Amino acid sequence: MELSSFLIQLLNGVQYGLLLFMLAAGLTLVFGIMDVVNLAHGSFYMLGAYLAYSLSSTFDSLALAIVAGAFMSVVFGLLLEWLLIRHVYQRDHLDQVLLTFGLIYIFEELRSIVWGDDVHGVKIPELFSASIPLTENMSYPIYRLFMSGICVALAIALYLLISKTRLGMKIRAGAFNRDMTEALGINIKLIHAFVFALGVGLAAVVGMIAAPVSSVYPGMGMPVLIICFVVVVIGGIGSVRGALIAALLVGLVDTFGKVLLPQVASMLVYALMAAVLLWKPEGLFKK
Amino acid sequence: MAAPMANLEVLPRSVRLTLLLGLIALAVFPYMSGPYYTEMVTRMMIMAIFAMSLDLLQGVTGLVSLGHAAFFGIAGYTLAFLTPAVEPVSLWWTLPLAVLSSALAALVIGFFVVRTKGIYFIMVTMAFAQMIYYLFFDNKVLGGSDGLYINFRPDASLFGWLPFDLENRVTLYYATLVLLVGCYLFLRSLLWSPFGRALAAIRVNEHRMCAAGFNTFGYKLTAFTLAGAMAGFAGYFYGMQTGYANPELMGFHLSAHSIMMVILGGMGNFAGAIVGAFAFEYLLHLFKELPVIGGIDFGKHWQLWMGFFIVAVVMFAPRGLLGLMDRLGRGRGPRGERHE
Repeated sequence: MELSSFLIQLLNGVQYGLLLFMLAAGLTLVFGIMDVVNLAHGSFYMLGAYLAYSLSSTFDSLALAIVAGAFMSVVFGLLLEWLLIRHVYQRDHLDQVLLTFGLIYIFEELRSIVWGDDVHGVKIPELFSASIPLTENMSYPIYRLFMSGICVALAIALYLLISKTRLGMKIRAGAFNRDMTEALGINIKLIHAFVFALGVGLAAVVGMIAAPVSSVYPGMGMPVLIICFVVVVIGGIGSVRGALIAALLVGLVDTFGKVLLPQVASMLVYALMAAVLLWKPEGLFKK
Repeated sequence: MAAPMANLEVLPRSVRLTLLLGLIALAVFPYMSGPYYTEMVTRMMIMAIFAMSLDLLQGVTGLVSLGHAAFFGIAGYTLAFLTPAVEPVSLWWTLPLAVLSSALAALVIGFFVVRTKGIYFIMVTMAFAQMIYYLFFDNKVLGGSDGLYINFRPDASLFGWLPFDLENRVTLYYATLVLLVGCYLFLRSLLWSPFGRALAAIRVNEHRMCAAGFNTFGYKLTAFTLAGAMAGFAGYFYGMQTGYANPELMGFHLSAHSIMMVILGGMGNFAGAIVGAFAFEYLLHLFKELPVIGGIDFGKHWQLWMGFFIVAVVMFAPRGLLGLMDRLGRGRGPRGERHE
């Protein structure tokens, strides 16, 4: 492999990994803090992509669409948490699996009613539509760099929120000991609602910024959900740092696998997961 | 975290009586109705076998597998690979081979997944099942996204003598019924065997079982393999009935449906899985056949109704139909909630 194409694949792998990280971070936070299995996480990603498709044509600007869409999805997450999710925190994982599976059906069908079953494209904003030339016939699109930049910014914001703010302290305390935190006068219900809505918002925002590259199509949430599961299993449930390392690992293995071993590329990440399970059944960074 | 409670391991007399009446109804059903419903009930019975196999993991051992359809599909695909395009193949060696391939897949996947617990187990079973799904979906050699056709149902003849002809709809119905009853009796006796008691004890308190000197890894792996093999029986019959094997047979939706069947009936006693499978398949049929009212095709949006139904069951009847019946019968009863 030439250096320039290696560089492009490396950038692609890192960019895919960062995208996966933002998705898996929402999932692993909801797992780790509320002990809830959320199969509908992929649906929120899909919802974000469709919102980007609709809103970007309404506002004629992807940036405005992302801001409006993020706000809408957070409100939607709060509503969903209040209506359904908060009633299954104390219940068996089985009930959570079924509830969120039912939600997948509902969201998928509503998507079909509202947007139909066609594949749609979302235009890359003018500002980022150029490419950086690397060699005579190879270049790297700026929009992909922009995506990575957004993911890094979100990741830093998430880190600061969880580990440096008062709210983050309360979130961590709630995850550590729910009853004690509540006894200290902290409204844990509100905290949980916030964390769930944050997860929904993250998934939707990733769906929105990925929409111009991945296009928008029915059932797009499912493969994403499964690969996120792989990331969370490798990284260890509840560990955001683990999710980062695992997401980058999965992103690189998947990208280079497709180039170097195309016949077995779709199996490679699962093989990676199996290896981690043998070595550390609770993930690389289980606390 | 305590495991989910055992649901009616000892079936009340009312439930046993209902089951017996159900069996009689199933035995005379083909004479009472037309070919369409005979085929539908055959499919329901196949799903009941599949749901019971999952119940061994989910209800008895406390392992929630979100990838059980993989083993269902593998047996269906095995039949598709073994059936030539122009003639039928013998039932007597393809059925064991199909069940064996499902069991082998379950043994290998089980070796990795039963090390994990709780949420990890759910996610890992789902991920491995999807890996198999994509393996078949992406490879043209294995049928690709369209799957494979099974042009002939297996031939049951032994040394030139044909005891029954599976191409006949009613014969297939009774063959499935015999398998269903056989699987049920086998699982019920397994439940009360020392092996079954050990599995139930693992659900209730795995640490204590370890401390008592039981090799819980071995027990769980055996249960996982056994459940995979039985799902293989169901998958083989499904392929035989429908005449095709496609990736959907191993898909995430079927895995989730089977969990729903077990929950809907009430888990841990196998009778509930049968009731749940029949109820779920009937509802699915009902939702898909909804009429067009005022220009809106209600049947087309069956996923929406099924989604609402599943959410409603989780919110209002977490112990399923048998649990509901039992609770109404006694006027009280423990709820299916987890106690921390």
